[in-house]
Amino acid sequence: MSAEPRLRLEGVTRRFPGVLANDDVNLAVEAGEIHALLGENGAGKSTLVKFIYGVQSADSGTLFWEGRPQRIANPKAARRLGIAMVFQHFSLFDAMTVTENIALGLPRSFTRSGLEERIHDVSRRYGLPLDPGRHVHALSVGERQRIEVVRCLLQEPRLLIMDEPTSVLTPQEVEGLFATLRQLSDDGVSILYISHKLQEIRDLCHKATIMRGGRVVAECDPATRSTHELAELMIGSDLTLPRRTSAAGSASPRLEVRHLALASSRLHGTPLNDISFEVLAGEILGIAGIAGNGQQELMDALSGETPLPDDHAIVVDGTPVGASGPNRRRAAGMVFVPEERLGHGAVPQMTLWENALLSGAATSNLVTRGMISGARARAFAAAVVRDFDVRTPGVTQPASSLSGGNLQKFIIGREISHNPGIILALQPTWGVDAGSAAAVRQALIDLAADGAAVLVISQDLEELMEISDRLCVISQGRLSPPMRTMDATASRIGLLMAGS
Amino acid sequence: MALRFEARGAASRAMVLGSPAIAVVLTLAASLVMFASLGTDPVRALQAFFIQPLSSERGVAELMVKATPLVLIALGLSMGFRANVWNIGAEGQLTLGALAGGGLALALYGHESPLLLPLMFAAGIAGGMAWAAIPAFLKTRFNTNEILTSLMLVYVAILLLSYLIHGPWRDPDGFNFPESRLFHDSARLPVLLQGTRLHIGWPIALALAATTWILLARHIIGFQVRVVGLAPAAASFAGFSRTRITWITLLAGGGAAGLAGVMEVAGPIGQIVPVISPGYGFTAIIVAFLGRLHPVGVVFAGLLMALTYLGGEYAQITMNLPNAVTGVFQGMLLFFLLASDILIRYRIRFVP
Repeated sequence: MSAEPRLRLEGVTRRFPGVLANDDVNLAVEAGEIHALLGENGAGKSTLVKFIYGVQSADSGTLFWEGRPQRIANPKAARRLGIAMVFQHFSLFDAMTVTENIALGLPRSFTRSGLEERIHDVSRRYGLPLDPGRHVHALSVGERQRIEVVRCLLQEPRLLIMDEPTSVLTPQEVEGLFATLRQLSDDGVSILYISHKLQEIRDLCHKATIMRGGRVVAECDPATRSTHELAELMIGSDLTLPRRTSAAGSASPRLEVRHLALASSRLHGTPLNDISFEVLAGEILGIAGIAGNGQQELMDALSGETPLPDDHAIVVDGTPVGASGPNRRRAAGMVFVPEERLGHGAVPQMTLWENALLSGAATSNLVTRGMISGARARAFAAAVVRDFDVRTPGVTQPASSLSGGNLQKFIIGREISHNPGIILALQPTWGVDAGSAAAVRQALIDLAADGAAVLVISQDLEELMEISDRLCVISQGRLSPPMRTMDATASRIGLLMAGS
Repeated sequence: MALRFEARGAASRAMVLGSPAIAVVLTLAASLVMFASLGTDPVRALQAFFIQPLSSERGVAELMVKATPLVLIALGLSMGFRANVWNIGAEGQLTLGALAGGGLALALYGHESPLLLPLMFAAGIAGGMAWAAIPAFLKTRFNTNEILTSLMLVYVAILLLSYLIHGPWRDPDGFNFPESRLFHDSARLPVLLQGTRLHIGWPIALALAATTWILLARHIIGFQVRVVGLAPAAASFAGFSRTRITWITLLAGGGAAGLAGVMEVAGPIGQIVPVISPGYGFTAIIVAFLGRLHPVGVVFAGLLMALTYLGGEYAQITMNLPNAVTGVFQGMLLFFLLASDILIRYRIRFVP
């Protein structure tokens, strides 16, 4: 055999309207190599992987599979070559069993008879415990991911692509997955591992290709680089960490939540169960947890989008607001930063100054007797743009034209400009570039330093460790007692996240 | 060589306005083919349809008479459509408005008071609102689909009309025709232009268009309507009540349709007859979309659709063309409009 790598890309370029998603990308993955594809959101990782897996064509460039140029027309062709992929979002049928789900995704040649044994074999060999007879709706997210992995492994792939596989897992589950991947690598399977979690990549991967703005900017052995160096390669500039200016807050609680319980109105939602906590003036309280454990429901209940039956379940500076909607809570000094920027925190088609009216209409005097003051709203939005370094040509731009980071800075800035006593933010830096994320965190820290109570609900543990004074963990709609962040350890949080 | 649609980065503003123009051109082109295949001289037919009706003062006045209900109703509907409230029962709300206002005219027959017409207007608006309140209640209370409920109530309204003029409201001196007696002069709309039927409804419709424009662009209610329609979750974040917007838009639509109804019976018709509207309530849906749900656009679209009614009548008289041509025109226009709207988000690429 020649020394050709298992997969080699040469000069892959793909243009979308208005953006060059992949610009002359070269990549080589050796047999048995765990190869990290590292980059921020929008760096072009997904586009590249879609090309390899045959989901999308490229404008130019060649793919060599074990030395031979190949044109992969669709995922089926990719699988025939031996390329398998585990997507970030699973496509499983809740009402079916594990075996049925696996059978659905496999070619016809895998007959149903004997499939269960093979599932057993694979799951035992690679340490992926799975009960083939169970229904998917009863499984945890980690178990669901195992189904996808097992489905791929049954086809004995020679290249396994994993798209941000750990974003939904507990630390313990991550360890399990890594053990599996290492074993696969020992068996000669190549793994293309997409992530922006630097520590993971240092722990797991043999080699890393770092992308920025559609281009490959570096290749390295991640184990020899520090996370700070990797981050720098990924973002391209020095990473400024936010600094806490005040240590801990005073003793008076500004937000008190008492025995909050709520049946979820969402499909497959998580009911909230007897949640109590308080946020003190000058403090940042972090709520950690894996997606889908009640964070969205808690946010809905706290923001008033889902008012509660018990007015005293939420008390703001001594005023009960549990039964009221968002407007009365805003009047009491609360502001909110929802997770979804486009469509929830902002109306994509509307201009920035119109979006300023969403939360500011009542509190910041932008409306007089029902008539909107365009001048005051534009001035307000312009001040937000200026004070929070929102990069935009002007406040008459539609919200959808801003990048995720800039729009998030605008939304956070809009909320902070109402001089809130309490700010609630859900996933404030989700999908935001590192520079904007640092700015957003700094803004929250500054707000706390001014005596506001800050509550941050996030899946990004690193973020919470960095900015919060105290931490709780939400799991299956229940909230753990708070701990001081300095006392928190990854294993302790991991156990709480997993619900034990 | 192949045609392919390619997604635009952002919605094209030019195409939002260009698409109706393209639709009109395509409709004209298609109608040329239609007339030719019917064995009629297409150019003469189009002339009879679109030019001749406007060649006299009377014709222009008649155009505005027909545009009045279309514009009124479409103004109300477009507010609802912007908030994703799909009231398609304006025909029924128009009928109830005509019955409420016309009923008042019959009940107060012979009273000569300057207050009578304003009272009839108020009754017409209230009648239309009451009819629209039913789908509003069902939607906000039981989450029923307003498309179904508002549409079904059209037929209930028409049956109610039919019952009243065959029964209690029938003109005793009317030789058993199913019609009410003619309204007293004091219950008729003042005519603006001698020798025509142009009445004060048209300036009222224009004034309402201006008011709606201000409401949508500058008032917080209009802002809430737009936010609810564009991003329901953002409306919920802002604390805008969806229930309230549903009520407001349905009542506005119903009120406007009711006003159009009372203006029809108090204006051009002058009594209550079995068929008050040749489908204005449904045609106004096309007007609303053709006018891009914008008050100014609605005025122009209303005039254009009025011309299809008028042209249909002319073509029937002068060229013996079936009146159904009007419906064909309206249908083609909507068809081509919806098709052209793809160009707002996509551009056409030729792929060799």
